[in-house]
Amino acid sequence: MAFLELENLSKSFGANVGVHQVTLAIERGEFVSFLGPSGCGKTTTLRMIAGFEQPSSGDIRIDGRDVTGLRPNQRNIGMVFQSYALFPNMTVAENVGFGLKVARAPATEISSRVEEMLQLIGLPQHGERYPYQLSGGQQQRVALARALAVRPTLLLLDEPLSALDAKIRISLREEIRRVQRQLGITTIYVTHDQEEALSMSDRIVVMNEGRIEQLGTPFEIYNYPRSRFVASFVGTLNTLATIVTDPASGRVEVDGQPLTVSGLNGAKPGDRLTFALRPEAISFRSPTPGINTLAGTLEEVSFLGSIVRMRVRFGENVLSLDTFNTPNEPPPSRGDHVTVGFAARDLRLLDNS
Amino acid sequence: MRRSFPLAWLGLLPFLVFAILFLLLPTAYLVIGSIQDPAGNFTLGNIAQLFQPNILSAYWISIRISAASAIIGGLLGFLLAYAVVLGGLPAWIRPTLLTFSGVASNFAGIPLAFAFLATLGRTGLVTWLLFTYFGFNLYATGFNLLSFWGLTLTYLYFQIPLMVLILTPALDGLKKEWREASAILGASSWQYWRYIALPVLWPSILGTVLLLFANSFGAVATAYALTGSSLNIVTILLYAQIRGDVLHDPHLGYALALGMIVITGLSNGAYLWLRARSERWLR
Amino acid sequence: MRGARFGSWLALALGVLYFLVPLISTLEFSMRMKRGEYSFEAYRVVLGDPRFQQSFLYSTTLALATIVIGVLLVLPTAYIIRLRLPKLRPIVEFITLLPLVVPAIVIVFGYLRIYNSSSFLPMTASARATDLLLTFGYVTLSLPYMYRAVDSGLRAIDVRTLTEAAESLGAGWPTILFRVILPNVRSAILSGAFLTFAIVIGEFVFASLLNRPAFGPYLQLVGANRAYEPAALAIIAFLVTWACMGLIQVFGRGTRASRPSL
Repeated sequence: MAFLELENLSKSFGANVGVHQVTLAIERGEFVSFLGPSGCGKTTTLRMIAGFEQPSSGDIRIDGRDVTGLRPNQRNIGMVFQSYALFPNMTVAENVGFGLKVARAPATEISSRVEEMLQLIGLPQHGERYPYQLSGGQQQRVALARALAVRPTLLLLDEPLSALDAKIRISLREEIRRVQRQLGITTIYVTHDQEEALSMSDRIVVMNEGRIEQLGTPFEIYNYPRSRFVASFVGTLNTLATIVTDPASGRVEVDGQPLTVSGLNGAKPGDRLTFALRPEAISFRSPTPGINTLAGTLEEVSFLGSIVRMRVRFGENVLSLDTFNTPNEPPPSRGDHVTVGFAARDLRLLDNS
Repeated sequence: MRRSFPLAWLGLLPFLVFAILFLLLPTAYLVIGSIQDPAGNFTLGNIAQLFQPNILSAYWISIRISAASAIIGGLLGFLLAYAVVLGGLPAWIRPTLLTFSGVASNFAGIPLAFAFLATLGRTGLVTWLLFTYFGFNLYATGFNLLSFWGLTLTYLYFQIPLMVLILTPALDGLKKEWREASAILGASSWQYWRYIALPVLWPSILGTVLLLFANSFGAVATAYALTGSSLNIVTILLYAQIRGDVLHDPHLGYALALGMIVITGLSNGAYLWLRARSERWLR
Repeated sequence: MRGARFGSWLALALGVLYFLVPLISTLEFSMRMKRGEYSFEAYRVVLGDPRFQQSFLYSTTLALATIVIGVLLVLPTAYIIRLRLPKLRPIVEFITLLPLVVPAIVIVFGYLRIYNSSSFLPMTASARATDLLLTFGYVTLSLPYMYRAVDSGLRAIDVRTLTEAAESLGAGWPTILFRVILPNVRSAILSGAFLTFAIVIGEFVFASLLNRPAFGPYLQLVGANRAYEPAALAIIAFLVTWACMGLIQVFGRGTRASRPSL
């Protein structure tokens, strides 16, 4: 049985459906990200798990126990907020120890646990400081320590890094993951930043308009996106609009040029199908038998330093590809005729073209 | 920039001259005069005279009325502000209440006295209603509008709105996330208020109560219109002194004024200090 | 949360009761002048009273003068402090807070002692001079509000850039102040002006002790001698205050729009 189970969880705000029939099972110790654009329902789902929103229908079970009817202060969950939400009238130590204090733990236990948590987040000397004296990154670490001090069974993080500078975000991201691994605590992480989700998670839940679009490991989400939305939201996406010529042998046509693809079962000649193709799967090639190649015109060349990003046009399709900068060779120019190649297995058929 | 520097000082001159002539000098004159005798020698005799029974009792009544209207006004104003900001009332109530509070906090002075006379005076509407419909004779219980509690009740009419106006932004400053964070850490509603919300708010609450205190202490028009000279508060005492030289000694008047300045000054000073402190926390 | 909501409605209801009942009572009382029926007789008497008209006119005139002088003093000051001499801000702010700390009766006491007939500036010597002294007193009383209003207005616009733009186009300081800055803080000034008006109209202590025929002393006189007219006057005063506050909201909207959303 999974540690956290969401079953047919829904939430409506009047006529608007914020979350629609979300069903999910998360294992003990897993780090799962909810990824999606603003308004996709990820934060609402998180808040239902925390108890700040009442589901319109559905159940939430933690370790077999149905918590749907419980108040937030009865669920033994830790939460980190986007705005840190440290109590401004308390020192760092008092903030971290607050959960234990309201649980009436003895003072000695509180102070030793606080010390332990401050060591964990790397701020052992900051106990007597006030939140306004700390930087954003430090405040968020204290918020993490505060959430973990009460030994919760589940940790929820609501876009914790959105308010921070880019550099801090990266270092703090790693620290959060390190702490999570060390404690082995089941964690749900809400973000709209796909890089965060990809680098931190065991699994990712991609959400859109209140529904789960796809659930899988970062590798699966990135390389085998099941819908146009997932493909375009996670990483850069190339889409290739093709016309089927011969389904039996897997032949399609782009801009009059033939390509071989797989997975054409049930297609008929003349069907229009769209495929997704990652930029890193494309390279410059001279026409070679057995490998798909397309001839086109270079539309745009952007020199980004170590990377050179190019856009090549094939009739109505445009493909984006990256190559590494070669010091000895200047990049090609706009208007050049080039040939690109990619393997058939790198083409993913998109469900809702 | 260098050329305009002296010009800037010149530009401030009218304001500074005005402030000196019509604010600083009069105040300083009184303060200095309070520690001088008619011959110009320095003395603490005037201040000592403040400790006469009738003057001391005037100060004491003023302090008691100001404290009563400030504390009661503060409490009721806080509850009203809480109801409007955090109490889950419809959204349109808040701007209406705030506008009305703006009006009511300025509706002090003589018209206010008239209004309360028409309400709770011997021939007032409420007095009459209580008697006619409830058989309750208000004045038979010893209540009198022209008294300590009557004046306090009247003062509440501008004290409560002032509290509402100042506390509403302070209550806005209570972030929703603090409440949620405390809840998820296991705290009950009462524990949230005790450990977080009230400690964060108390500089504003206490500071505003002090402001209310000073506000009430310096008021004279309402009291004069309501009670004439029958209620012996400091401002009325000073007013009578200035009008008719009742105390036959202007230096005693200066001392009276000094006493008032010290009390309102301390009160307001404490308010400003508390406000600065709470702003530092919430940066 | 249901319990909290009931308590809120209760608090609101009690508040509304406390604030509306005196107004209703006053209105009712004011209409009792004709025995046995409700009428606006008291209002007719009051509004027809030449002393009402004179004192109201007097106070209105002084109020306007107070506003003009106040703006002329406060606008350049707030501007200079903001742009050129920010280090003097604490001093100026202390000065503008003093009228809130020192009670009005103390200030006017000081005036009487300093500016009486035997002083270097004998302002109580003649009626006109006393009028001027009274006006200066009103400016002092309204200083905190006027300064705060103008300062907020200046804070909402980018004073530095406007000034530099005007200077680069060759404007001298009077032009900058009165034709560039002033129009842009017009709403803030109007807010301060209406508040000043409300303060001056109802003011009693200064006018009474300086013995001038203002509206405040007139109110007190009527209250001491008449029965129903005071109630009518109270309603009129309330309506005037309400109008002032309402106009502040109307004109204040201009400044509010230029501030980032709160």
